[in-house]
Amino acid sequence: MTLTMSHSKADQENQQKNQIDHIEHEEPDSQLGPEFRLGIDVGGTNTDAVILDAQDQVVASTKTPTTPDVTAGIVQALQDVLTTSGLPASALRYAMLGTTHCANAVVTRRELNTVGIIRLGAPATRAVEPLRTWPADLRRIVGTQHAILHGGHEYNGEPLSALDEQEVRQTARQMKGQVQAVAVTGVFSPVNQEHELRAREILQAELGEEIPVSLSSEIGSVNLLERENATVLNAALIRVAHAAISGFQQAIRQLNIPATLFLGQNDGSLMSLDYALQYPIFTIASGPANSIRGAAALGQLGDAQDAIVVDIGGTTTDIGVLHKGFPRESQLAVEIGGVVTNFPMPDLISIGLSGGSRVHRTDEVRVGPDSVGYRLTQEAKVFGGRQLTATDLAVAAGHVQLGDASKVETVSKTTIEKGLAYIQHSLEDHIDRMKLSAEPLPVVAVGGGSILFPDVLRGVSQIIRPEHAGVANAIGVAIAQVSGTIDRVFSLEKMSRTEAIDEATAFARKRAKAAGADPDTVEILDLEEIPLAYLPGNAVRIKVKAVGSLKTV
Amino acid sequence: MTQLDVDALEDIAVGAAVLGTGGGGDPTLGKLMAQQAVAQHGPISLISLDQIADEEWIIPTAMMGAPTVLVEKIPSGTEVLDAFRMVERRLECRAVATFSIEAGGVNSMIPMVVAATFGLPIVDADGMGRAFPEIQMVIPTLHGVAATPMAVADEKGNHVLLETPDNLWAERISRAVTIQMGCSTCVALYAMQGKIAKRALVKGTLSLAQEIGRTLKRCQQEKTHPIQALTTLLSGRQLCEGKITDIQRRTEGAFARGELQILGLGPDAGQQFRLSFQNENLVFWNGDQPEVTVPDLITVVDEQTGLPITTEGLKYGLRIAVLGFPCYEQWRTAQGLKLVGPRYFGYDVDYVPLQS
Repeated sequence: MTLTMSHSKADQENQQKNQIDHIEHEEPDSQLGPEFRLGIDVGGTNTDAVILDAQDQVVASTKTPTTPDVTAGIVQALQDVLTTSGLPASALRYAMLGTTHCANAVVTRRELNTVGIIRLGAPATRAVEPLRTWPADLRRIVGTQHAILHGGHEYNGEPLSALDEQEVRQTARQMKGQVQAVAVTGVFSPVNQEHELRAREILQAELGEEIPVSLSSEIGSVNLLERENATVLNAALIRVAHAAISGFQQAIRQLNIPATLFLGQNDGSLMSLDYALQYPIFTIASGPANSIRGAAALGQLGDAQDAIVVDIGGTTTDIGVLHKGFPRESQLAVEIGGVVTNFPMPDLISIGLSGGSRVHRTDEVRVGPDSVGYRLTQEAKVFGGRQLTATDLAVAAGHVQLGDASKVETVSKTTIEKGLAYIQHSLEDHIDRMKLSAEPLPVVAVGGGSILFPDVLRGVSQIIRPEHAGVANAIGVAIAQVSGTIDRVFSLEKMSRTEAIDEATAFARKRAKAAGADPDTVEILDLEEIPLAYLPGNAVRIKVKAVGSLKTV
Repeated sequence: MTQLDVDALEDIAVGAAVLGTGGGGDPTLGKLMAQQAVAQHGPISLISLDQIADEEWIIPTAMMGAPTVLVEKIPSGTEVLDAFRMVERRLECRAVATFSIEAGGVNSMIPMVVAATFGLPIVDADGMGRAFPEIQMVIPTLHGVAATPMAVADEKGNHVLLETPDNLWAERISRAVTIQMGCSTCVALYAMQGKIAKRALVKGTLSLAQEIGRTLKRCQQEKTHPIQALTTLLSGRQLCEGKITDIQRRTEGAFARGELQILGLGPDAGQQFRLSFQNENLVFWNGDQPEVTVPDLITVVDEQTGLPITTEGLKYGLRIAVLGFPCYEQWRTAQGLKLVGPRYFGYDVDYVPLQS
């Protein structure tokens, strides 16, 4: 799966230098009455904001252009939405931000930290050096300094070689002044974190607290190169995250909103701002995740209901799956800005089908994968253009009234029928690919191109076309819960399977709490056990997700 | 003589995954190791088996253990060199080349590190014409070639030299040593002289792997259908086209056993197929009938791109084609089938040679 994101001028010109305040969670005033939540989505083009009431109903929503200065754009959107709702600023208890800042920074290679890359495992791992698979331009910006030092562990958690503290100290001194952040990746650190933790203490003592140190064991799972890549990207993104978060804080303070603040993450849950500053890479796919959650909420699906979300946009259709209330995770390595990584990301497929898809009439009728994109309102026949598009077919068939229907009167009945059948088959086929079983599921259709959706689809129990679909991302982040996850390998030589599961579960709960969940509400949502192939049966990979409600104090 | 550069390694890795029949590990990590070695030391010469004189020695090198560990505890790059030199010292010879004992999967690439670093050529041949999980499962075993002296080396500097009475013992002891060394080692074994190699190896496997990789790349560029091209190139046929509807996996001993259910699509619409796999794909069932079995090659590929999918990458909903290719003819002998036939892997069926 490849993740591509549009970039914005906002990021380029944004020179936030404000300090992040220590985050205070202000006590909500019991006089305020019912609680309201604010969801904000800052995209490359638009900043959306919504206010939801305690029943998750939309009280007000707005869409404003994203500004070069993040704070100004957010302030504008907040003012709009407050005015529309008629609520006082003091009524907002929680404010949640979804942002594509980090994704854009990687794609556009801007404002990234220079990272000191330390690998613990020598003499092992020297056969493939760090960043060997990175695009050259990104490598030049991020990773010119790297060292493979002694340390790391075997698959069963025994030391591979001893950590040489003096070696770490010397490397830190060489990197001092040359790097803005450090990424540490130890062999089998998902089994044993010890060497990474000790290396961080030494690095922090040598480089000072102002140089952030990211540890791979806190970011990805087994596969050294992919986990190292994710950890280096995380370290590179800390400055960008800092700017986005302080812009958000300023906007909230400027309007005297007494809300507790959260950021949306890749799995469709929330994290505290402190947590987001340490793990900015977990915000990188929050956009699609929030869109899936928001669409599901708009479709009024219950929490336990699995569903498919189909977003038919201007150039592509994105299909995601909602499983147990969260976007399903991709099982494959994910590529970001040309770098292969292995941290959890939503499982999405993107197909070349949209309202602007060109209709091709050769021996058969095909629709897409090429599109007129944003030029739909000039190039489509119903808008006076010369290109027959998917939108024209929908108008010609009488499914929707748009533009000038007389412009498509000459299109033959066969072309219309075959073209629409092509679209239907393509949607059915891709929806089926995303399903985990043959059981029919409801589909929530959102996005500007949802007029292309047929009334009936094979393998689909129900098609829902909700209102407010244009601000699904902002809604998705506003309704999110707080989660904690763990994906680690446990050696079963010195502990039983049950003990390993208990330890993993306790860790996931602890992480949910650290991310801002109310400890009393934390539950285990998902537990997965994967035996490692070709190993003699004494190591197991355990993935746990714990979820809780927002902490109020 | 052909020179193998960084791009050639890319093609061979893809081809090796096709010949790996779902197992043999993902060649990606091996490819990165080989590419780093070629970047440092220059391209590798690929020579034919005929260019080895009868009395000259060649020594294959390989990775042994769990691919899951290999991608985490990446080798230092020197352990494989150590293993190679240990066997040379034991035999008091200087090998003129190295080669792949298993051209399917990651082991198509490990000997490239030796070849590039030592400036030795690599022989266009291998010991299986595919991938198999155990050391004795090679054509040289059928010719009485001993796996030992066998060197096992790890990145920590542990070196073990084995002498065993037969190749099955070499498998058992080296496996135990590999687990102790942390589940991933490099080995050198099956040293042989030219006159035996010419009888006991499968010729042309690396250039075949390279041709497979090139063919798939060309199909992608020209947007032509890759599956026809693959079956023609490998004299095989498409066994079915369909969608994965269920996968069951369980671990038994050191090996993952699995069953894949496939619902036919296109020309096979409505039919049910089943694929039994362990580390490699082993038996393809049409309904209840075994249609193709090991040692013939059964490869699962993406129905659109023709790119191979390893047993670890199989998941529900994938649109696949299952392809069958005939194995190297010597596997079809009674002795060959005893070593690698379906019954050795625990399936109560007889080998049925793949019908074209």
